[in-house]
Amino acid sequence: MTTVLAVAEHRRGELRDVSLELVTAGRELAEAVDGDLHVAVVGGDVDRFAEALNREGVDTIHTVTEGEEFNHDVTLQAVEALAASLEPAVVLLPNSVDGLDYAPAAADALGWPLVTDAVGLEADDRLVATREMYGSKVATTVAVEFPAVVSIRPTEWPAAEGLGDAAVEAFEFDLDEGAVGTTVTGFEEAAGGDVDISEADVLVSIGRGIGDEDNLDLVFDLAEALGATVSSSRPIVDAGWLEKNRQVGQSGKTVTPEVYLAIGISGAVQHVAGMKGAKTIVAINTDPNAPIFDIADVGVVGDLFDVVPALIEQFS
Amino acid sequence: MQVLVAVTEVVEVADDFEIEGLSIDDRYREYDLNEWDDYAVEAAVQLAEAGVADEVVTVTVGPERAEETIRMALAKGADRAVRVWDDALADQPLLDVAAKTRLLRAVVEAESPDLVLAGVQAGDDAWGATGVSLAHAIGYEWAAVVTGFELDGDRAHVRRELEGGVEALVDVELPAVLTIQTGINEPRYASLRGIRQAQSKEIAVRTLADLDLAADDVESAIELTDMFEPTAEGETRFLEGDAGEQAAALAEVLRERGVGAE
Repeated sequence: MTTVLAVAEHRRGELRDVSLELVTAGRELAEAVDGDLHVAVVGGDVDRFAEALNREGVDTIHTVTEGEEFNHDVTLQAVEALAASLEPAVVLLPNSVDGLDYAPAAADALGWPLVTDAVGLEADDRLVATREMYGSKVATTVAVEFPAVVSIRPTEWPAAEGLGDAAVEAFEFDLDEGAVGTTVTGFEEAAGGDVDISEADVLVSIGRGIGDEDNLDLVFDLAEALGATVSSSRPIVDAGWLEKNRQVGQSGKTVTPEVYLAIGISGAVQHVAGMKGAKTIVAINTDPNAPIFDIADVGVVGDLFDVVPALIEQFS
Repeated sequence: MQVLVAVTEVVEVADDFEIEGLSIDDRYREYDLNEWDDYAVEAAVQLAEAGVADEVVTVTVGPERAEETIRMALAKGADRAVRVWDDALADQPLLDVAAKTRLLRAVVEAESPDLVLAGVQAGDDAWGATGVSLAHAIGYEWAAVVTGFELDGDRAHVRRELEGGVEALVDVELPAVLTIQTGINEPRYASLRGIRQAQSKEIAVRTLADLDLAADDVESAIELTDMFEPTAEGETRFLEGDAGEQAAALAEVLRERGVGAE
């Protein structure tokens, strides 16, 4: 029987959302290859995690009681041992920050090809994955023989639903402590501040298109005219022009305002992950092919330095 | 100590472009230093300036054209460069992570650096995997998505950027590979003096034979089968006219949604 092995992810006592998305992707893949779906969870409160992972279509859940938080050396060894024992056709991992920290090592350790950041998966005699390139401007398909290690982009698959009747089995292996060269010593929250963009009804969000720090005044003027709060995409925070607590996206905040006005933001996947739940998305961008227009409800193709002053005029 | 920086030349695609077979038509391609690698180069050069690194060496897999990008890294302060290329690589539409790993492993084994810095990902194909794959292949420790690090004897104290504004603090044994996230520092612009000096710095070219590799070693297990423009998920209503007309139409849209109402 062909097996698909999906490896769940957790942090600070909580199963991360991508874990149930992995179950969905894994179930689809298992159906396509007429195989079984196995799910593994390594470390932490594995019994509680196993209960949450027990969704429709999961055949077996392997719990590995080793450590509390994610440690790439421990997870890597566990995945190697599981792969040796189950001989899966696909090891399915999250393309999360922790996934980036062990999926490539797992592929190298197993000697299997690696496909990262898949947004679509199909299988015939080979595995066919859809991936994006050039900041989501272009999509590609790649084909690879089984077995393979595949990581999936978070939020691309819906969370698995329905109660399952999986067998829950404790998986034991001999951890080589000498090969654990990394220690997690703690966690820190990004610096706070008095602005909470996740509470705002209207966000005026600025990206690379603003060009220069001095031009930020224009955005604050617009926000004032609209009664909105200013947020931004990553490059603005990287440049030190705005505080980290104004950053929208995967590594910043997730926001769901009534209106999200994206100005000079191309719409990289990491940014979109943090704002696609906004009720109305308006995008202003000079590039008609910018990926932000793929999710915008209302689009303005134009120069922000022309459109924004005119918009401020409308509200003053 | 020696610090090796993996530097990639990336393709940037013009606003309007055409796909020709399995790649972007040449007319719409521009080449640049990968943004993430710019931060990695800066981190390495700062280690040299602090007297921690004795030598900063860059390694790039790329054709002769990439030397323009490599010179940028040299102008910012790297001491010398290694460029790996071979006709066997030129024929492949996609070089997978395993193939890149074998190429870089051969260079790392020849240089034996104490620290390897790489960008989290390349801005064009975004595999996000080479650094960690390389670390495992050469038996180094590693940390991915690094927003800060401090060297402390035989280990590095590292900040990893997690999702949702949280950072993990990890201690990593050296030698190690760190994949560098944007924002970790402020990459410098190359000075005129730096650009002049870069002209005389060494870019050593290595072929597969030089690295004791065969064409089979770099054959990709992953086949690129299609490239296309993704279809938009929703229906976008585009506002037409000049900036004034667009702004007026947009103001109406916003007011309908209660924006600006006191």
